[in-house]
Amino acid sequence: MAIFSVYVVNKAGGLIYQLDSYAPRAEAEKTFSYPLDLLLKLHDERVLVAFGQRDGIRVGHAVLAINGKDVNGKYTADGKEGSSGIEMLETDTFKLHCFQTLTGIKFVVLADPRQAGIDSLLRKIYEIYSDFALKNPFYSLEMPIRCELFDQNLKLALEVAEKAGTFGPGS
Amino acid sequence: MSRPAPRKPEYHKINKDLFVLTYGALVAQLCKDYEKDEDVNAYLDKMGYGIGTRLVEDFLARSCVGRCHSYSEITDIIAQVAFKMYLGITPSVTCNNSSRNEFSLILDKNPLVEFVEELPAGRSSLCYCNLLCGIIRGALEMVHLAADVTFLQDRLKGDSVTEIGITFLKKLDEKKYRRKK
Repeated sequence: MAIFSVYVVNKAGGLIYQLDSYAPRAEAEKTFSYPLDLLLKLHDERVLVAFGQRDGIRVGHAVLAINGKDVNGKYTADGKEGSSGIEMLETDTFKLHCFQTLTGIKFVVLADPRQAGIDSLLRKIYEIYSDFALKNPFYSLEMPIRCELFDQNLKLALEVAEKAGTFGPGS
Repeated sequence: MSRPAPRKPEYHKINKDLFVLTYGALVAQLCKDYEKDEDVNAYLDKMGYGIGTRLVEDFLARSCVGRCHSYSEITDIIAQVAFKMYLGITPSVTCNNSSRNEFSLILDKNPLVEFVEELPAGRSSLCYCNLLCGIIRGALEMVHLAADVTFLQDRLKGDSVTEIGITFLKKLDEKKYRRKK
């Protein structure tokens, strides 16, 4: 599958939904602080992962690009040392896309670097969240999402995105 | 490669009368449950708040509005996009006091009160559509804006127009939600 994982993070930084296509879902609930729990350190003029491991990023991997802008040593191409939030993180084995809503909810998708159409997939996931999680009267805001309809529709959306996206130009 | 067409919002058509009747039944039941008008108003506001906190995500997901840069921009979007999307009406916006961030929405038509002639005797300070005030308040709070939303004028109470007043109080600290490291 070209889309590896989908995560939904609430305002406080807690993980409220996780879908992994490769690894089986962990039994324990995990709190996931935002930004990522990787320690990035400056080393030899490149930003490297010094500690922490996440789905293929290992120690020693270098950050290639942030938000689509190539990283030149410590700085992004336009000279700023960072921005208000990660929108896209590119490595050689996967691309991490993040969409933050105006209300503070974050949708994170890990996908194959060649997979296209992730931006529209993130918007679609936002719509599915607003439909099947929020409109469920028994779902409390900011709590882990345990709605069948949300699961089903999300998986459907992932399948559609994968079929549509692999042959298109990079997003 | 062609880009996929932007997704048009899907409106499932149902009979508006059912919605108006449901709202009426809700208010009527609250009037039976609570003697004081203030209690009924408070409950309607509270229910509206719960709806607003959820509806705002649906609104943001479907309307694709970006970040606003002024209170008047926000009020314009509430009137022209949100009210249009959910109630099919477009209230007009006036600014009462820009230094104190007070704005008003003047409702020309209000589908919720289509079948209501006047308030019953003994219920003269009931705000029939107070649910709407709660919805706006809840929605604004989810985008980190505290606001006071009340009915300034109400046709049902004998005024010439129905006017919802929005007073923006302060920006809520976004960082308040982050866990302390």
